[in-house]
Amino acid sequence: MNPMNYVYLSSFLFAIGAAGVLLRRNAIVVFMCVELMLNACNLAFVTFARMQGNLDGQVIAFFVMVVAAAEVVVGLSIIVVIFRTRRSASVDGANLLKY
Amino acid sequence: MNGVLAAAGDTSTGEAVGFWILAPVAVVAALGMLFAKKAVHSALLLALTMLCLAVFYLLQDAPFLGVVQVVVYTGAVMMLFLFVLMVVGVDSADSLVETLRGQRVAAVVAAIGFATLLVLGIGNVTMQSAGLDDANASGNVQGLAQLIFSTYLFAFETTSALLITAALGAMILAHRERHQRKLTQRELSEERFRGGRNPAPIPGPGVYARHNAVDTPALLPDGTPAEISVSRVLVARGDVREVPGRGEVVLREPDGEPPAGAAPSVRTIPLDEDE
Repeated sequence: MNPMNYVYLSSFLFAIGAAGVLLRRNAIVVFMCVELMLNACNLAFVTFARMQGNLDGQVIAFFVMVVAAAEVVVGLSIIVVIFRTRRSASVDGANLLKY
Repeated sequence: MNGVLAAAGDTSTGEAVGFWILAPVAVVAALGMLFAKKAVHSALLLALTMLCLAVFYLLQDAPFLGVVQVVVYTGAVMMLFLFVLMVVGVDSADSLVETLRGQRVAAVVAAIGFATLLVLGIGNVTMQSAGLDDANASGNVQGLAQLIFSTYLFAFETTSALLITAALGAMILAHRERHQRKLTQRELSEERFRGGRNPAPIPGPGVYARHNAVDTPALLPDGTPAEISVSRVLVARGDVREVPGRGEVVLREPDGEPPAGAAPSVRTIPLDEDE
């Protein structure tokens, strides 16, 4: 098996995550799809690190995980605040800037 | 993995078997996350995808990242997601109304086109796999530590500022300022009796019914189900057990009107009706 298969898998997962961000209306599910895209990128980083024969890609993946953890904390608290004020976690609900 | 095989740009048979078993699982779980109706199912399926990715990291000579993936992603991040789902409410279903016409079709086309572009683009590149045997010679964790604390030291120190900022931001966002005076027990009691609502305790589930489980509505003296005896969340999720011959319990808005689309044959009991 060629290690490139991991990169193909990561492209599929990234595309599924992107489709989820565009399709779903629940803010939490949209956020989960963003996490899936980050994970797909991490898989590509780890695979490229293995192909290149050095560990830099793994270090980048590690940093992506740290940033994702920070992002989840802030993003989820924003969702909770939006839910508290609007009683809904739908991304269509927060449209005050539209008009 | 094996030095000879890695030099030839190939992986060992064991890795290939692991990949071909787990890659479909990861893709199917990701698709399931995309199409699951309930957000909890989406979260659990995403956790499954992340576990598959952790195994892929282990297969690719990245044991540190594999363990971190399990601990941080499936352990912390996904449980945080589930926690917020419980706070926001499990019954917050996705509205399936399309707000922009043609957006759904366009999104699917864009995603498929994007995946096709990526696969075609990557397929044109031939890359030799060097393997990590040299880089991992003194251990994967040691090699990563050497890089993080030399080349990437500044980035590593910046992440500490990022994490502190995130923790502060979460505390500030989650903090709720009290704008009004806290009501005393006397005021709460007066409000309860003057509001015209039923001042008595609401009936527990299962009173006079066949079962006393939480999903079984209590029965009123005339045999009709008392909808206030079951949790609104259970009613919204459609998990309430039906009383034989009496129709099902429907969710009612607090002002007494049944929701639009409720079956007209279903009988609803007003909150303040005295039986």
